[in-house]
Amino acid sequence: MSSYHINYLDALEAEAIYILRETAAQFENPALLFSGGKDSIVLVHLALKAFRPAKFPFPLLHIDTGHNFPETLQFRDNLISKIKERLIVRYVQDSIDKGRVKEETGKYASRNALQTVTLLDAISELQLDACIGGARRDEEKARAKERIFSVRDEFGQWEPRMQRPELWNLYNGKIRKGENVRVFPISNFTELDVWRYIEREGIELPSLYFTHERDVFERDGLWYPDSPYIHREPQETVVRKKVRFRTIGDMTCTAAVLSQADNVAAIIEELIKAETTERGSRLDDKRSEAAMEERKRGGYF
Amino acid sequence: MELLRFLTAGSVDDGKSTLIGRLLYDSRSLLRDQLEAIEKSSRKKGDDFLNLALATDGLKAEREQGITIDVAYKYFSTPKRKFIIADTPGHIQYTRNMVTGASTANLMVVLVDARNGVTEQTRRHSIIASLLAIPHLVVCINKMDLVGFSQERFEQIKEEFLQFSGKLNIKDITFIPISALQGDNVVNLSDNMPWYEGRSLLHYLEEVYIESDRNLQNPRFPVQYVIRPETAEYPDYRAYAGMVASGIFKQGDAILVLPAGFTTTITSIDFYGKQLPEAFAPQSVAIRLSDNLDIARGDVFVDAVNPPRIGQDILANVCWMSSDELRPGTVLILQQNTRRVKAKITEIVYKIEINTLDEIVGVGALKMNDIALVKIRTAAPVLLDDYKFNRATGSFILIDENTNLTAAAGVIRG
Ligand SMILES: Nc1nc2c(ncn2[C@@H]2O[C@H](COP(=O)(O)OP(=O)(O)O)[C@@H](O)[C@H]2O)c(=O)[nH]1
Repeated sequence: MSSYHINYLDALEAEAIYILRETAAQFENPALLFSGGKDSIVLVHLALKAFRPAKFPFPLLHIDTGHNFPETLQFRDNLISKIKERLIVRYVQDSIDKGRVKEETGKYASRNALQTVTLLDAISELQLDACIGGARRDEEKARAKERIFSVRDEFGQWEPRMQRPELWNLYNGKIRKGENVRVFPISNFTELDVWRYIEREGIELPSLYFTHERDVFERDGLWYPDSPYIHREPQETVVRKKVRFRTIGDMTCTAAVLSQADNVAAIIEELIKAETTERGSRLDDKRSEAAMEERKRGGYF
Repeated sequence: MELLRFLTAGSVDDGKSTLIGRLLYDSRSLLRDQLEAIEKSSRKKGDDFLNLALATDGLKAEREQGITIDVAYKYFSTPKRKFIIADTPGHIQYTRNMVTGASTANLMVVLVDARNGVTEQTRRHSIIASLLAIPHLVVCINKMDLVGFSQERFEQIKEEFLQFSGKLNIKDITFIPISALQGDNVVNLSDNMPWYEGRSLLHYLEEVYIESDRNLQNPRFPVQYVIRPETAEYPDYRAYAGMVASGIFKQGDAILVLPAGFTTTITSIDFYGKQLPEAFAPQSVAIRLSDNLDIARGDVFVDAVNPPRIGQDILANVCWMSSDELRPGTVLILQQNTRRVKAKITEIVYKIEINTLDEIVGVGALKMNDIALVKIRTAAPVLLDDYKFNRATGSFILIDENTNLTAAAGVIRG
């Protein structure tokens, strides 16, 4: 019997691969949303397991806020040349130039919210019927109720009360023209599961995830990178610290944590002892308790 | 470390949210910022204690109304197991949400308020567990602090429950007296109930034997997707990708391809550049065959020696989930594993009175949340595995062709 034992990481991996294949089979024109963060890197790894030796049946789509850490873009381009898959990039800057969105100003100015418009524009331009994303249900309360196949109306909106029941592993991806589905293959991974999976699989990550010296300043108990994209108040002084990032989204809303962890095993150890969940280091969620839910309704990933 | 999926059921105020909050809190799965958010909300609501129930509330509308209306998934782990909790509402008008949570669960925790004993809701939730063939049921008799931690009361409720559960299809039932609010017997055994000789709830969840919950006897492999690189390096490679739904497949096995009915042999089981000697449920792999056959998504590989029945007439229990009524004659799309076929509901044999299991004949239409035994005629053959023995292939959903909504969950009665 014991040889048919299934470890929890194997179970999560098998489920994610199954979901990726369902997406490929049920949709005409899917794309994998690639942010350069660890969750989307894990998605790429899972897609390799799902489809090799064939090519991915979808391109990667990066919504570039223009406020990236240079390391992220470097990593993205290396990865693409290694796996030889198609990458499509759409720029928030273009949406701003076209007057589709207005740049935020002030202390908390961020392009994180603007991404939504660029993404929705890309979805209609490329006629995508499914977008695969790396969101997880443990990230946030509103995510805890997200389906694996989450249907959005033609305005990209999520209506929590209208969600389709999702039974067994029978995913219903039938939609009308103009609607699209967000697919979340790693819904059931927690942050710790992702790290343990990265460790087990030996998945490479951008250097930002590991400790390094950086110029940072403290705000609301979090450490922000000193960068031209972040408005810094005069009293917020820049210091050099050993930090690492737990998420790497838009530079303007991603804070670092003080850390000595320079490898995956050390990060896992740190996480087990951690007192703060990863979204705690994202400014955009602190704005209000229901922040994520509001953004999701509006089409945010 | 294994994965255990369970669902929690109970009527409003039985202490479900408190229990989940307690499990997350005592297993240190609530982190500082989550705790801070709970403290803040607790204060805002005027509670003078840490309201652990708030850890599980999800959507804003629900927070405002103070009730749970959907299925929320929660995660925690101990060194022994990773747990996924499906937190579902208990009201009868949310039966469909409970069915959803139950469909993937190995285990259901049913909460009973020690003061009230077994109620209509307790019976309904246990009946759903039985219909969905959840292998393990844990009856947590909660609020023991409010009945003086009385052993007599505990035994009384247990007796009451066993009297009714005899007619259910649940193999494994366990009773645990707890106080979710104070933590007695949730994670640690309670000094207040020295008479209780079993395990704490968490300890039970860590230890309950779930390996045999999977069907490893009947090989079934629904084809999901065909992998054909068509590159210079792999000009003729063709593999059938999918998840093993049940049973074990070995390289060299003779298999039957359904519904077409031809036999062939497995030449290779591929996984990310490796060849595996065998694959078992629920692994995702890709299978290559000795013959070049016309095989597509929706076909199923089964063992050639002991194949399942296939056919176009299904007898099934369905839970109707749509706000439109279901009447005999309605045509829907039936999705079974990776296969979709048109299906007509030919007869509502009887509706199941979900609080008592009574059979009500002569019902003209099903409303949302109704559970009934129905006859279905499909446009093409499907597998007819009995759900009781095979949850992975004995289940299906019905999709409304006009709205594309998932309108029903069904389980085949063999
Ligand atoms: N005395 C006592 N009260 C409890 C216990 N468990 C829950 N409660 C209280 O019962 C009420 C309902 O609990 P809640 O968890 O919100 O119930 P739910 O509706 O099932 O989620 C709350 O006031 C809890 O504090 C218990 O074990 N003992």
